[in-house]
Amino acid sequence: MATWVFCEEQSGAPSVSSLELLSKARNWGDVSVFYVGAGSDDAFSTLGAYGATTIHHLKVGDALPAPLAAAALGELIGTDDVALFGMGYTARDVAGRLSARLGCPVLSNAVEIDVGGNRVQVSNEILGGTTRVVTAATAGPVVIVVRPKAFAAEPGDGGPPPVTSVALPDVGHAGAALVLERHIEESQGPDLEAATIVVSGGRGMGGSDEKWEPVTRLAGRLGAAVGATRAVVDAGWVPYALQIGQTGKTVKPDVYIACGISGAMQHLVGMKDSGLIIAINKDAEAPIFSIADLGVVGDVHKVMPALIAALEGR
Amino acid sequence: MKIAVCVKQIPDPAAPYDLDPDSHFVVRPNDQVLDDTDRYGVEVGLQLAEEVGEEATLTLVSMSPSGSLQGIRQALAMGADRAIVIDDEALRGADALTTARVLAAAIREDGFDLVIAGTESTDGYAGVMPQQLAELLDVPSLSFARKVEKDRDTLRIERQTEDGYALVEAPLPVLLTVTAGVVEPRYPNFKGIMQAKKKPVDTKTCADLGVTPQVQQTIQAVEPIPARQAGEIVEDEGEGYLRIVEKLEEAKVI
Repeated sequence: MATWVFCEEQSGAPSVSSLELLSKARNWGDVSVFYVGAGSDDAFSTLGAYGATTIHHLKVGDALPAPLAAAALGELIGTDDVALFGMGYTARDVAGRLSARLGCPVLSNAVEIDVGGNRVQVSNEILGGTTRVVTAATAGPVVIVVRPKAFAAEPGDGGPPPVTSVALPDVGHAGAALVLERHIEESQGPDLEAATIVVSGGRGMGGSDEKWEPVTRLAGRLGAAVGATRAVVDAGWVPYALQIGQTGKTVKPDVYIACGISGAMQHLVGMKDSGLIIAINKDAEAPIFSIADLGVVGDVHKVMPALIAALEGR
Repeated sequence: MKIAVCVKQIPDPAAPYDLDPDSHFVVRPNDQVLDDTDRYGVEVGLQLAEEVGEEATLTLVSMSPSGSLQGIRQALAMGADRAIVIDDEALRGADALTTARVLAAAIREDGFDLVIAGTESTDGYAGVMPQQLAELLDVPSLSFARKVEKDRDTLRIERQTEDGYALVEAPLPVLLTVTAGVVEPRYPNFKGIMQAKKKPVDTKTCADLGVTPQVQQTIQAVEPIPARQAGEIVEDEGEGYLRIVEKLEEAKVI
């Protein structure tokens, strides 16, 4: 069995998820990284430090990478191998295509992986994180998509690994999607997935702009990142990038303040492992209160302004 | 232009899900609903079809081993022309790749210029089926679209990225996945609901499509995760914020 970790370059560096995956996979032995992006000595050294023993490097230029990466990786991977992917947009695209190409299963949303003997098992959490399901693959290779923060990214002591260039495969029409422009949207405040405090708003905030403002104001005061539920994103009050939950980001901050959030299963799965959970909601029956360390039953538009004023007065 | 929109019927997410103790599959009631996520795909498909005009058709394609058609009728009521439903007992508990194989066979047989899907279902949320489908259909994929535009035979999207978005385009035939929030899905009107009852629904089996379901993963265990305990609950009578301040002080974040 050989282990592969997929890494897509983000802002010139290896994706955070690839470092998390390497931190786990290096315990099993050698790990090959399949790297998609421009590449640099710094990026490759970082991967080496986290446990990559070899790097296969694919440059795709302006093409959308998934079909090309899946075809190239599909040539390298063996039947007994395990390939780990994070849940980044491109990583998920490649995982799906690779599995279809090789006719092998994908084990998704993994939060734990056990590799032993000839068997690969993963655990994932369903029903809002109330139930753990352990699944084993019965055919290989095994493609595993791992949830963010399932494993902590911790550098080891590996040196720079050898890097092999991978030839760009010809996949015909399937490879015809081209990136014309890339836009970086500057978000204010800390990165949602890395923040130590998250202030998150739900439908109970009641609207965008001035109704939503207490969320951003409280976050600003605490140096926190702003998050949102899917209902809020669907309603267009805030961008998709702020969505926390099953379909969005997974966060594990030290403090999570849920404002006007009822706590649907799909939301809880993205934040239930936070340190201190504080919830403000006018509905005493809201499921969020069943996991909150402190629940304030009240109107967000009364409690939050008072809280903000108290914090601003300090 | 032939548009195929992949939709999934799921148990009502508002109701608690049950797992079958023997198979560990989600128990699927007879009155399943359209996955909310799929309404965005249907709406994008309808808008593109309206832009093209008369010669555009919108076909729903769904694997649904449950006998339920309620969710399919919901999507037909929004304005889809017809549906292909693959209903086969052998598909109960099918994994993502089997689903993709079944949908690919049905879509290929029917013909397509554009295939639309959500990014993942609300119940299973593996999130890989659309890309498996694109690979099997041998077409490019425009994934995680938050804005969609068509220019003759080219589709252009704003694709969600980790730090913003990218403008990406591909020529038809292509597979498109849309994020929630990409458009405002229409609510079916009375006329749509009445018409939906008469719209054609072709039901197929795996044998009709020449697909043999494969089982490549088995569930080893299903166990409850110890629940996080509820903490202190305070009724706000104007001073609830003070308790929050104290908690934040205890946590040493202020």
